[in-house]
Amino acid sequence: MTSSTDRAPAMPFPPPRTCPLHQPPEYDRLRTEEPVARAAMPHGGEAWLITRYEDVRAVLADPRFSSDRRKPGFPRIHPAVIAAQDHGVPARPNMIGLDGAEHAANRRPVLSEFTVKRVRAMRPRIQAIVDEHIDAMLAAGSPADLVTSLSLPVPSLVICELLGVPYADHEFFQSCTAELLSFSTTGGGRADAMNRMLAYMDRLCAAKEADPGDDLLGRVITKQRTAGDGTDDHEHLVGLAVILLVAGHETTANVISLGTAALLNDPALAAPLRSGTGSTPALVEELVRYFSITGAVTSRAATEDTTIGGTPIRAGEGVVALVPAANHDPDAFDSPDRIDPERGSRHHLGFGYGVHQCLGQNLARLELEIVFDTLFRRIPTLRLDAPLDTLPFKDDAAIYGLNELPVAW
Amino acid sequence: MSAPADPRRSRVAADREVCVGAGQCVLTAPEVFDQDEDDGRVVLLDDRPEGERAESARRAVWLCPSHALSVVP
Ligand code: HEM
Ligand code: SF4
Repeated sequence: MTSSTDRAPAMPFPPPRTCPLHQPPEYDRLRTEEPVARAAMPHGGEAWLITRYEDVRAVLADPRFSSDRRKPGFPRIHPAVIAAQDHGVPARPNMIGLDGAEHAANRRPVLSEFTVKRVRAMRPRIQAIVDEHIDAMLAAGSPADLVTSLSLPVPSLVICELLGVPYADHEFFQSCTAELLSFSTTGGGRADAMNRMLAYMDRLCAAKEADPGDDLLGRVITKQRTAGDGTDDHEHLVGLAVILLVAGHETTANVISLGTAALLNDPALAAPLRSGTGSTPALVEELVRYFSITGAVTSRAATEDTTIGGTPIRAGEGVVALVPAANHDPDAFDSPDRIDPERGSRHHLGFGYGVHQCLGQNLARLELEIVFDTLFRRIPTLRLDAPLDTLPFKDDAAIYGLNELPVAW
Repeated sequence: MSAPADPRRSRVAADREVCVGAGQCVLTAPEVFDQDEDDGRVVLLDDRPEGERAESARRAVWLCPSHALSVVP
């Protein structure tokens, strides 16, 4: 990694937020003054911060930027990267950290499970799950914590049913996931959480290999065996199961919580939902853009010398393609700091861009649409039960969100 | 002999080897693109869309994350 002495000292990353519903103001300054900037990573080394929409899109679409966390220079932000670089953890490969042909070989077997059509067919089941949880919330009575009564269980149940993971084990994998995504988890704690998750999936996948049923993991096993192309090994199946389970519940859960908090904080924004007018898919798209919960997850390591936004980047240097900054670039979105469902925000980068663009995006869209529609239709008097600025926001995790959301009605 | 290009018509092409199955094209231009039931990758329903369809096809080309789609000319 270059850290030449003639450069100004690199700013520390991540910069602080001043309002929990806004992106760090430093992103706006960087975008206008220094759109490709050096920053000091929290666990050592430096990396380039990319803040303009066009530049972030260009990095994410460019195969010369690697997703392999083990590559020299990969930004040392999350303990997962430190674990991969310093201890070779995780041992199981999965698509989010693979490049090129290896990435394609791991992503392709599951594409048919997440097509727009297949996901739309899940609507009745997702609606039933959402209704059951709102029934239970209403039966238990006001107040409630929305995170534990709705945000977390709905996407967890949906991904469990799809994969064929017993939902009875949700406390186990939800706590593992929280540890895996937390910035406070130490190296040892993280390896421990990862090992517990892998051991669990090891057993589950072995059982499915012995008797593949009609769930996603069973279907992938059957399909790979029929293809006979040597991709049907146990290690890859375990890696796939882990990434789908982890990426499939925590992300959507955080958008449900943050979105609901924003809607309850602004009656004008929630009015179309309460009256059943307005387009919920457009609202969902705008909330995914606005919150850009994945923060610095879209980091990369340059594998060749290139140029981004006129700045030369050398092979072996790290790059943080800052989706939250790109999604608030006024050149791509007018008045970006306003939540405006009418703006037409489908070109946002909230699900990433390039070959790693979110595999589960259409499932996430549908879950969010059904949750917001149903929640505000069935409980139109829903309100926040604590001042917004006192809520426990996840300032300390790779994926932004809320640990708790007290609501009343 | 090739007919002169009709400006209201555009020819759309899709590279299935490049497609990563995110479905942006199906969300954007459902009359022009679909996803294969078996492998999830893009299939062309209409390679010469006209009028509004051509407009949404162009938008899909821009949104496609893997640059698997193109419009000529
Ligand atoms: C609103 C909710 C969600 C958001 C904001 C989100 C965001 C993202 C982003 C930004 C990436 C790209 C990471 C990168 O380029 O390095 C990604 C990848 C991924 N997401 Fe999501 N996601 C969401 C929900 C889901 C769901 C529900 C699933 C699973 C069912 C899922 C599965 C995945 C997988 C497997 C990848 C890796 C794809 C690859 O590497 O090819 N996500 N997601
Ligand atoms: S948008 Fe592009 S990557 Fe996605 S399904 Fe269509 S062609 Fe494939």
